Amino acid sequence: MENANLIPAFGPAIPEIVLAGGAMLLLMYGVFRKVSPTAHVAYGTVILFIITAFLVAGQGTLTGTTFSGLFTVDPYTRFVKLLILLGASVAVIMSLTFIRREGMDRFEFPVLIALATVGMMMMVSAASFMSLYMGLELQSLAIYVIAAFHRDNAKSSEAGLKYFVLGALSSGLLLYGCSLVYGYTGALDFVKVAAAISADHQTLGLIFGLVFILAALAFKISAVPFHMWTPDVYEGAPTPVTAFLAGAPKVAALALTMRVLFTAFPAIAPEWNQIIVFVSIASMVLGSFAAIGQNNIKRLMAYSSIGHMGFALVGVAAGSVEGVQGVLIYLSIYVIMNAGVFCCILAMRRNGQQIETINDLAGLSRSQPLFAFFFSMLMFSLAGIPPLAGFFAKFYVFIAAVQAGLYPLAVIGVVASVVGAFYYLRVIKLIYFDEPAPVFEGPMPRELSVVLTLSGLFTMFFFIYPAPLLAGAQFAAAALVP
Amino acid sequence: MEIGLGHYLTVAAILFTIGVFGIFLNRKNVIIILMSVELMLLAVNINLVAFSTFLNDLTGQVFALFVLTVAAAEAAIGLAILVTYFRNRGSIAVDDVNLMKG
Repeated sequence: MENANLIPAFGPAIPEIVLAGGAMLLLMYGVFRKVSPTAHVAYGTVILFIITAFLVAGQGTLTGTTFSGLFTVDPYTRFVKLLILLGASVAVIMSLTFIRREGMDRFEFPVLIALATVGMMMMVSAASFMSLYMGLELQSLAIYVIAAFHRDNAKSSEAGLKYFVLGALSSGLLLYGCSLVYGYTGALDFVKVAAAISADHQTLGLIFGLVFILAALAFKISAVPFHMWTPDVYEGAPTPVTAFLAGAPKVAALALTMRVLFTAFPAIAPEWNQIIVFVSIASMVLGSFAAIGQNNIKRLMAYSSIGHMGFALVGVAAGSVEGVQGVLIYLSIYVIMNAGVFCCILAMRRNGQQIETINDLAGLSRSQPLFAFFFSMLMFSLAGIPPLAGFFAKFYVFIAAVQAGLYPLAVIGVVASVVGAFYYLRVIKLIYFDEPAPVFEGPMPRELSVVLTLSGLFTMFFFIYPAPLLAGAQFAAAALVP
Repeated sequence: MEIGLGHYLTVAAILFTIGVFGIFLNRKNVIIILMSVELMLLAVNINLVAFSTFLNDLTGQVFALFVLTVAAAEAAIGLAILVTYFRNRGSIAVDDVNLMKG
């Protein structure tokens, strides 16, 4: 090791360093300010996210690896990081009113979201299994805590407990896989692992390692057959936490999966491709069928998110630049739609209590027509009905799959999305055609209506000017796939 | 008999399997799940250190140290969540973790 390089270049990691340091400062502010610091810390966190986003964007075309090959930046990491920061800031904004009303008004909440975001950015920038593990754990540990954040609520603590136990199991699997890959290739850096695999023949130990790692990552993106935790955790966790869970962490985990597959294991693509195709089909089918019988809207969204991850994995299975571009477009549109839907769920309140059953939405169009309109548009979009944004999300991944010759996968995907449309349309039918249930408490908190309006407008008018997102995703995807 | 890499890997694999089964088969107590998780992580550490010695490469041992540190943090958070759970339900039996189903 040369001594000249003993001090690594910090430049590429400046956004993460600023975000981590800023989170500590906000924590100190919260501790030392005695009177109701939560709102200040929450706004501070949002401002911190915006500053970080500018720092990420300000890196321009910087591409490189630092910290002895542990940390990498390129257009791909920048695209995903901006998306993560968007998801996280929206989650903090959406939580403002909720945590005050539900008596979980503690300033650690936004700080934990900020720390989870640092972890997610680390995951995306990981260039070695060691930094991958550290990022993943930083993210997971913070999220275990916020899932159980409503500590007087039995459901919330049960959600936290379940998420913790299964999350710890998955990080055990991930580590076992990493240790096998390390043993059979002699390296932890993705690039060196890839070189070792192409140099000599693949061994059974290596394939075992790959399977363990993929199982753990499938757990993090809640793909079937590792989805068991999702409905329970989504239902039990406080609603803003569910909104956060369904957005940014999924983006980070899927981006990480693609990074590992395309950078560390390109030489054994046929092996992992089978796994991805299976997981993708299973998620799409289960997400569509299991959601039909659900009555709790948060549980419904859990199955919906399982299905959506299945659709996104179609693009990963394609394994081409178009496929990765499709996944990135899918994730961007999904994060925005998801934020809008959870704004609607957060606004479902009656007699001072949050309500969560789908039947409570009946006849919403008569009492709150605008709210009902946006909610239905988002539901149509999740179902993938043109010309809404959700249609284009599915369109690009299916086109990539067809171009890669994966016709069965694309056909099953389209069928699953038709089946899935049933339960989204059921919600719309309830809103417009059923006898009205008692009205919700109005009006909607201002920050929720702003997020809902923006999300709804994006969903409806994406088709007019999709070029910036397409170009950005393509530039990012070209950096990942050689 | 010489003790070689294969022996270490076998021990680690057995420990890992016991850990996984401890999580799934145990129906009594959540604390046992936490112990099983620790067992899995320690099995991984044996693997990493054995490979590290075998390959003459320090990276594996550094990784093992990181794993130890994170395992401590994980145990702390797990126990904290368990305490809030116990306050709400008055029990930490695995069979009682059933408020949500379906």
